[in-house]
Amino acid sequence: MAVMENLPSASTERPIGFGRLKRKEDARFIRGQGTYLDDIRLPGMVHGAILRSPYAHARIISIDTSRALAHPNVAAVVTAKDLETLGLAWMPTISYDTQAVLAGDKVRFQGQEVAFVIATDAYSANDALSLIDVEYEPLGVIVNARKALDAGAPLIRDDKAGQRDNLASPTWEAGDEEATNRAFAEADTVVTRDMIYPRCHPAPLETCGLIADFNPVTGQLDIYNGNQAPHAHRTVYAHVAGLAEHMIRIRCQDIGGGFGNKVPIYPGYVCAIAGSIVAGVPVKWVENRTENLVSTGFARDYIMRAEMCSKGGKITGLRVDVLADHGAFDSTAQPTKFPAGFFHICCGSYDLQASHVKVKAVYTNKAPGGVAYRCSFRITEAVYMVERMVDALALEMGVDPIDLRMRSFIGPDQFPYETTTGWTYDSGNYAETMRVAMDIAGYEELRREQAEKRERGELMGIGVSFFTEGVGAGPRKHMDILGLAMNDGADLRVHPSGKAVVSISAQTQGQGHETTFAQIVAEELGIPPENVEVRHGDTDRSPYGLGTYGSRSTPVSGAAVAVVSRKVRDKARLIAASMLETRPEDLAWEKGRWYVRGDAEKGVLIEEIASRAYSGAPMPEGLEGGLDAQVIYDPPNLTYPYGAYIAVVDVDPDTAQVTVRRFIAVDDCGVRINPMIVDGQIHGGLAEGIGIALMELISFDEDGNCLNSSLMDYLIPTALECPDFELGETVTPCPHHPLGAKGVGESPNVGSPPAIVNAVIDALAVTHGVKHIDMPCTPARVWAAMQGRAEPPQ
Amino acid sequence: MQTPAAFGYERATSVDGAIAALGRFGEDARIIAGGHSLLPMMKLRLASPSHLVDINDLTDLAYIREVGGELRIGALTRHVELLRSDLLARHYPLFRDAEQVIADPVVRNRGTIGGSLCQADAAEDLSSVCTAAKARVVIRGREGERVVGMTDFHVGPYRTAVGAGEVLTEVRLDLRAGAGSAHEKVERRAGDWAIAAASVTVWMDGERVGDVGIALSAVGLTTIHLSRAEALLRDRVPTEDLIIQAGQIASEDCSPFADGRGPVDYKRHLAGVLTQRALRRAIARTHQEA
Repeated sequence: MAVMENLPSASTERPIGFGRLKRKEDARFIRGQGTYLDDIRLPGMVHGAILRSPYAHARIISIDTSRALAHPNVAAVVTAKDLETLGLAWMPTISYDTQAVLAGDKVRFQGQEVAFVIATDAYSANDALSLIDVEYEPLGVIVNARKALDAGAPLIRDDKAGQRDNLASPTWEAGDEEATNRAFAEADTVVTRDMIYPRCHPAPLETCGLIADFNPVTGQLDIYNGNQAPHAHRTVYAHVAGLAEHMIRIRCQDIGGGFGNKVPIYPGYVCAIAGSIVAGVPVKWVENRTENLVSTGFARDYIMRAEMCSKGGKITGLRVDVLADHGAFDSTAQPTKFPAGFFHICCGSYDLQASHVKVKAVYTNKAPGGVAYRCSFRITEAVYMVERMVDALALEMGVDPIDLRMRSFIGPDQFPYETTTGWTYDSGNYAETMRVAMDIAGYEELRREQAEKRERGELMGIGVSFFTEGVGAGPRKHMDILGLAMNDGADLRVHPSGKAVVSISAQTQGQGHETTFAQIVAEELGIPPENVEVRHGDTDRSPYGLGTYGSRSTPVSGAAVAVVSRKVRDKARLIAASMLETRPEDLAWEKGRWYVRGDAEKGVLIEEIASRAYSGAPMPEGLEGGLDAQVIYDPPNLTYPYGAYIAVVDVDPDTAQVTVRRFIAVDDCGVRINPMIVDGQIHGGLAEGIGIALMELISFDEDGNCLNSSLMDYLIPTALECPDFELGETVTPCPHHPLGAKGVGESPNVGSPPAIVNAVIDALAVTHGVKHIDMPCTPARVWAAMQGRAEPPQ
Repeated sequence: MQTPAAFGYERATSVDGAIAALGRFGEDARIIAGGHSLLPMMKLRLASPSHLVDINDLTDLAYIREVGGELRIGALTRHVELLRSDLLARHYPLFRDAEQVIADPVVRNRGTIGGSLCQADAAEDLSSVCTAAKARVVIRGREGERVVGMTDFHVGPYRTAVGAGEVLTEVRLDLRAGAGSAHEKVERRAGDWAIAAASVTVWMDGERVGDVGIALSAVGLTTIHLSRAEALLRDRVPTEDLIIQAGQIASEDCSPFADGRGPVDYKRHLAGVLTQRALRRAIARTHQEA
């Protein structure tokens, strides 16, 4: 029977629907045939380059561009004065602050944008940078956030009316302070730790850049720019530049990694757009590696003091006081109303009596950012802190860290569970997932091995973390970004041949959307995934939505695609009923086919229904032709993926080098659409976690010079630092997501750093009395801790 | 995009042609071989040579061969060839030790021994390897060739005995009985420059150390030649006690500075630990030879 080939296949090679399936996009990626921003060349295109401040804090006395303008290939040099005439000298940030596009009054961090050169080629543009003469008057510098509010500290944001100190946002609180005080008063054991989640950088391999192509005749502005939220960017450009939103088209070509770094709008983007509007030709600006590291969105930089207590062998309370370092402009990624993002999910996976969280933020003379680096708005910092604290408490109590977690977990029958900071976790069975991880690790055996090695003077550590994330932002009743609901659209068109195009507002940066979203349509409609084209990355050809970050693609866009597929399926049912001359309610669905209930032979395939929908045959009463649908999905709640991670490390007793020997990751991300892609996401995130835990750091000297301006100084891990990851899974479907999926992209980055740091401390606690080491656990920093001189990173 | 400043370019077809080109272009001209140090410096505009003289076509400078009582390595020999050479590994296994931890395969496929030595970065592994192996280098100029020992080769940070208009053409290693060698490195991540590294060659004379070479990477402005530790060990039976003393000398005689790789005390500590480890392994390898 010919129909068989479109029916569900038992083959795992080519699932029609969910299952392991090689990524469609890899055919071009592995052949070097992707198209990235710098591959695009438009006729008549000119090139921009940015002059950046060598100082961290200085007044600009004068800018002389005459020598640069005399360069034969230079067309223009743009400064703040020029932008002022266009009303573009300052731009809003994602956090309702303002940021200088080009510095006019002062520079406030090293690497800040001062002038924009436009030349016929990139070499000339860069040559001309050294021909611009800027006179600076250096000012006092604030590098250490702890000193930002000292009396007499230099005022960084004197551009803001009423700003008298370096407070970036006032203290924000969650939880119940009094109840928390009671929990601590009643506690058996209390531990306190000062810890830093240091400043790190997403460091996508493709740096940021933009091509602006303004047509002065039509008023159309075409933008080519790999970013994570093209629709939101378009709206912001319309507001900022006073352009007509419907005349702006943003196209995101292939993107070489985003990780939160490609969420913000950067000054270089605005300069390129302004340049094209003024010059009337396409302007390309692509930053170099140094510019990416020193000026674009950093991540983390949370200075935390935490206290945790227990009673009767169970964790009962948590108190956290955070000082956030936002750099010179507050452009942290956060939904409105959440100035600390989702940090207050820091009570983690535990059934606490009470908790209380305070966060305040300061300005410093460092690059702005605070982006959600593979993280749902500060959950990474929250999970790191709480999982370090559980280990600290276990050490103080003299109990096994897994035992303490097991005794303190929210029980499976407590869901839906309201946390002490106001989150409603929808589902979970934490103890089961923890046990799966222990089984894979052989936890008891590892503890025996560790004891034996300790006898021989060898240092081995076993570290655990258990995380709960809240991802898939978010319900419009709870959150928005810059007034835009965090919803996502999906538009599905099934063509007469039964082949389909689904347009989505999520924006892949390498996550495999072209495959995963085709598989969702395949699962829901029985159309083979190779016959479903996923369209995205072009604001003219996709529905409105807020893009991809915060692990929101599958929770929000994935749900939208499932719902739109079901709408099409419902319409197909009406058409099928008329084809089969029966009533819709007498039909039953199997993947790819409506058939008559009780007479399975009698049915029609989705392809046949599609053909009918566009044919000359009459449609059922009241039904339009065609087989299309569109939706906007508003998630009813966040989704709450969780996982149990175990790291095994060896520490060289003489050189203090840390080797991650094993890493066990058991994730519960609900239903897995493409388990192969999920595995890949977890591998990538674990590698990043190893990097953050062991080597990644953006640091500054006392003058505010960034010390990590290349990949020789900002280390990202290689395969040689990564063990063969041992993955496991439990599946607790999300009760409110149409597919039961929860999102997974960020879980491994969130969950792995505390497991590794816990392992390093586990290796050293007994023999060396080490109670805490801040990341990154470089050999030098671990050695200092072994000498009893652990210090926070500079 | 990271763009270098404008420069002239000439592709040499012979060593003499390269030397002539250097003479013609003056002292701001540079030889380019693998380019893995020079090109990044140019792209960061830390270096702006007026001209590059490309010697990648001089394949007659790429060899590892035994001549008389010597191993001779052509200056254009790539890291990957040093890594793969069984001849070199048999006589001087510290080269393979080092090459396994120098940068990454992309760099090793292009970078050359001549380029590494002439770059004279104190953190670079081959400089201490060649110092410990008591190598000599052949330098050719318009006036002809001269042979310079490694102790005279480094004249300062990033400065060598190779003068303007000269080209390093060959590295020579003595083949002597009783040799054992090792290179030990601690790095923050695979492919990173060393936090510290120690290179050792011993030539055993029965139970005693007949001769020994010890050098350190990354713990000073230049490669550190540990002559005091060498003198301690020479003509003596290398007991564990002596090895520990040699390590203490290494900690004392290096002159590290604090940077992103670590503070001074840690680097001194590492210099000692790695010197001891390299000594033990080098001596063990002489026993394997026997």
